[in-house]
This record gives sequence, structure tokens and C-alpha cells, in this order.
Amino acid sequence: MALSAEQVQAVALLARLRLTDEELAVMTGQLNKIVEYVEQLHEVDTKDVEPLAHPLPISNVFREDRLRPSLPRDVALRNAPDTDGEFFLVPPVLD
Amino acid sequence: MATSTEATPYTIVIGLEVHVQLLTETKLFCGCRNRFGDPPNTNVCPICLGMPGVLPVMNQKAFQLALRAAVALNCQIARFTKWDRKNYYYPDLPKNYQISQYDLPFSHDGYLEIPTADGGTKRVGIIRVHLEEDAGKLLHAERGGKSQVDLNRAGTPLLEIVTKPDMNSPAEARTFLEELRLLLRYLEVSDCNMQEGSLRCDANINLHVQHNGQTVATPIVEVKNMNSFKAVEAAMAYEARRQYEEWLRTGAKLGEVPKETRGWDENRAVTVSQRRKEEASDYRYFPEPDLVPVVVSEQMLQEVRSQIGEFPAQRRLRLAAEYGIPEYDARVIVELGKAFADYFEQFARGLENPKNASNWMLQDVQRTLNAKGWTIEQFPVRPEKLADLVSRIERREINTHAAREVFAEMIESGRDPGAIIAERGLTMVSDEQQLKAIVDQVLDENPKVLEDFKKKKGKKRKQVAGFVRGLIMRQTKGRADAALVERLVNEALVARTGVPLE
Repeated sequence: MALSAEQVQAVALLARLRLTDEELAVMTGQLNKIVEYVEQLHEVDTKDVEPLAHPLPISNVFREDRLRPSLPRDVALRNAPDTDGEFFLVPPVLD
Repeated sequence: MATSTEATPYTIVIGLEVHVQLLTETKLFCGCRNRFGDPPNTNVCPICLGMPGVLPVMNQKAFQLALRAAVALNCQIARFTKWDRKNYYYPDLPKNYQISQYDLPFSHDGYLEIPTADGGTKRVGIIRVHLEEDAGKLLHAERGGKSQVDLNRAGTPLLEIVTKPDMNSPAEARTFLEELRLLLRYLEVSDCNMQEGSLRCDANINLHVQHNGQTVATPIVEVKNMNSFKAVEAAMAYEARRQYEEWLRTGAKLGEVPKETRGWDENRAVTVSQRRKEEASDYRYFPEPDLVPVVVSEQMLQEVRSQIGEFPAQRRLRLAAEYGIPEYDARVIVELGKAFADYFEQFARGLENPKNASNWMLQDVQRTLNAKGWTIEQFPVRPEKLADLVSRIERREINTHAAREVFAEMIESGRDPGAIIAERGLTMVSDEQQLKAIVDQVLDENPKVLEDFKKKKGKKRKQVAGFVRGLIMRQTKGRADAALVERLVNEALVARTGVPLE
């Protein structure tokens, strides 16, 4: 199964990446190589193997519903590109 | 086409997607506080801010509440459940993905029974209930400005409940939501407050139109932005009319046009087109590697079932029947939660007339809880003590005025009502001779009252009697038997002035 340039373009859009035609060509080639590599798995017979939900053989890890300190607001906002001291600020969003 | 049809020539088909916030102390994957209305961005930490390298850990209480809700909704509980990442870009979602459940939700295929207009019941199917995290809140900017992001809500536990398209009228959609709220409040799963957004609802609606002996389905429309139960009902009624008119105009059928999303405009009472989806969104779900799956054991289920006990719909009926209180009171008591209803029952058992218990619960107790921000579990007066107090009103040992004073002190000091009544001398004055003497004395000292009573008519004349009762109450420091005072004052006024009460 080979990925088309259009499929790679669609994935790039979902990841919010803007690719030039040259980049798209390079990415399509590279992604196809990766997919080809992973496709080797098809050679394994998985008829009687249950789908795996998680690689670790652990389940039911919970924490108690107990309060822990949050960050002071100035610390929480410190790395933000833009804030007004109370909120994170972002460019206006069109829904 | 027939010139006039009384009944509409179509059936309305409605399915709901409901989100409720869970009543946990902390968020779903971190220990930040889960609370509405705190100052923006004060309940945040590296986990819910989506910082790299952090590890979410599931809140056990949240999972238990989710199980409780699903069991109460008669759902099949999956023995094995996992979480998935739903990927999309929006500023209220700091990780750029929401941790949700995709192909293995923890529950599916349930139902909720709702009362119908003809006095029967109807089952509304539940397709699935799953547990996910909520997003933050975005405050949209004025033109040209920037939007503000508050991440206090980001990562709080959210239950998504998806119904089958089983509702056939706007009223049924509303009734479903009312029953769901009753159930989830009673079970203390959620406070289901639409104004604060702890219950949110979107609806899918279309029509099955009878046309030339055939049933034609109109395109399904998703309606958003309904902020009250009333709005849901109004939006569904509007949308049904609009779709029928559109069908008459265009004849468009299900599958012929892209799915449309419309928003309810409360002020104009119309739905407004927001977008048409050309294709389904591509969320690229994949299993959440940071969370391990949950295996639900029979023991966990037993525990949840034992916590539920009697269902609210049954309890509501039982309270009304067993205690003879109005159905409205029974409904409100049950809606205030299991613990509140438990308190009511213990309280009511200690009284001659259980209606007094529901009155006290829904007025004095409820007012105190609201003022202090307490739950009923935090209320310091035990139901037996409150019954001790109120039964003294029933036995005419104290009047309601004095009881309120004792009630206030019981909340403050936790002392027994009997001791407080003795210490403050609040025992009711109900000796007729004693009260009659006080009435005579008050009228002797206030001759103007008699003139007023003679001059005024109707309601005004009655107000004069009320004024005299107030004077008596002041004389007796509020301890007089109010019913007896009323009779004695009326008798004295009529006797002294020679004019009737009315």
C-alpha cells in the first residue's frame, strides 16, 4: 500500500504543517518507506492473537480523589507567549 | 395533498448527546481542584496544562461515579475498558488531544424510563456512556482583540451519554433531561446545572414525513447552544417546524445533503446554521499510551450496585405515599440527593405530621445549607434532634417563631432543644386567661387602634388586627400561641368597637 501525495497533504493539514511541493515529495517518499517497513508485520499470522490495548500487562492504576496543590497562576502563565496576567491569550478564534 | 390536517403529517425523531461533569474533588488525571467559578487559571498544574513529560493517573472516584451512572442507566458494563486520544487543535485543549474513549467505552446499551403524557412510561435507549476529560474555557474576543483561555476546567471528569433517537416530541426530550438530572443528582454523580455548564446537551433531530403512502426521512440536523431545559424544548419545536417547511420547499431527503449543525439563538428563538460537514472530522483516534486499561471486576460492580439502592423515581413515589407529603415536595427532596432524602425520612419519622418535616427541610434547613455552603452531611443538627424541636411545635409547647430561634442556636452550639428552650424561657404562652389580660392591657394603652379599626374597611381593617397581634407578640417576647392570640384579638376588637372583622 503506497501513500499518495494527496494523502500526505491531508495528514500534513491535520498536523497543521504547511509543506512546499518539494517537501511534500520528500515526505511522501520517506513516509512510504516507513509504511513499507511496518508492513513487514503483515507477514506474521495474527489469526488467534487478541488485539492489544496497552503494551504493559498492568491494569486498574488509580489515584485517590485527593487535592494536591496547583501551580501559582504567575508560574502557570510564565511560559505562555501572551497573557494578561489572568488568562492565556490567543489569536481570536473563529468557530 | 389534504387541505387540512389536524395532526402533523410527520413524526419527530430526536436523539440527545449529554455531557455531565462529575462531582469529584479533583480533576480526572491530576490533583487540581474540580470547581466551577474559581479565578481563571488557578486550578492548573503541569498535567492539565499539557506540559511534556507528565503522566496522567485516573481518579478512582471519577471512575466509580461513572460506573454508578451507567449501572443506574441500565447499561451493559464492559469488563475491559481503555482510553484513547482524540486529536484536534483548539486553544481550549492544551495537549492538542482529548483523552476520551473510542472503541471500548466502559458501558453501552442501556435505557432510562421516562413518564409519558398519558401517565405511562417509555424507555429511551442509551447507546453508550463513556468517561472523558473536559476542555478549558475560551472567552471570545471583541472584534480585533485576543481570545482569553481559562484552563481551570481542562482535565475535569466528564461523562458523555448518547441516547438512541427514541424521543418523538420536544416535550419528551425535555422530560428525558429532567429524569436524567433527577437520577444523577440523587446518586450524587453530578449537580447537573445547565447554567454553570455541568450538564450540556446537543440534539440530533429529523422528521419522518408521511408522503404518498411512504415514509420519507429528512436530513438530520445537530442543534447546539441550548442552555436550559426550556431552550431544548423550544429549539426542538422550532426545528421540527423549520425542517417540515424546508422539506415542503426543497424535498431534500436524508443523505442528499451534508449534515448541518445549527445553533439555538435564545433571543430570537430560532436556530441558525453554523456549518455543514462535508465529511466526518478526522480525529485520528489511537489508544492512550499513558493510561493503562481498567478491568471491572464483579466485586467492583457489586459495590456500585449496593451504593445505588433504591432508585430516585421509586423513592419519590414512596416518599409521597408513605409520608403523605405533596408530590412536588417528594420530587425536590429526592432531587437534593440521597443523603438529603435519608435525612428527611429520619426526621419525618419523629413527627406527628411528616408535612412539617418537608416544610422544615425545604425552607429552614435548605436556606441554612445554601447560606453556609454546606452539604446535608455537614449540617450539624442530627435529624432526631430536629424532630425533637419540631415535635414541640406540634405539641404546642413552643411556637414557630421561638422554634426558629432555637434552631439557630442548635446550629451554632449543637445543644439540645429542650435545654435551650428552658434557658431562654421560650415555652409557649397558651393560657387563655393570661393572654386575654395582655390583649386588654394593650388595647387600653392604644385607644387609637380602636378608632382605626372602626374607620378602616376590608383589608385595611384586618391590617389593624395584625398590628395589634404584633404588639401582643412583643409583650410576650414572641412566645404567645399565635392562633390563640389571633382569635382573642379579633374577639376583643369586635366587642369593643361593635364593627365586624370584615
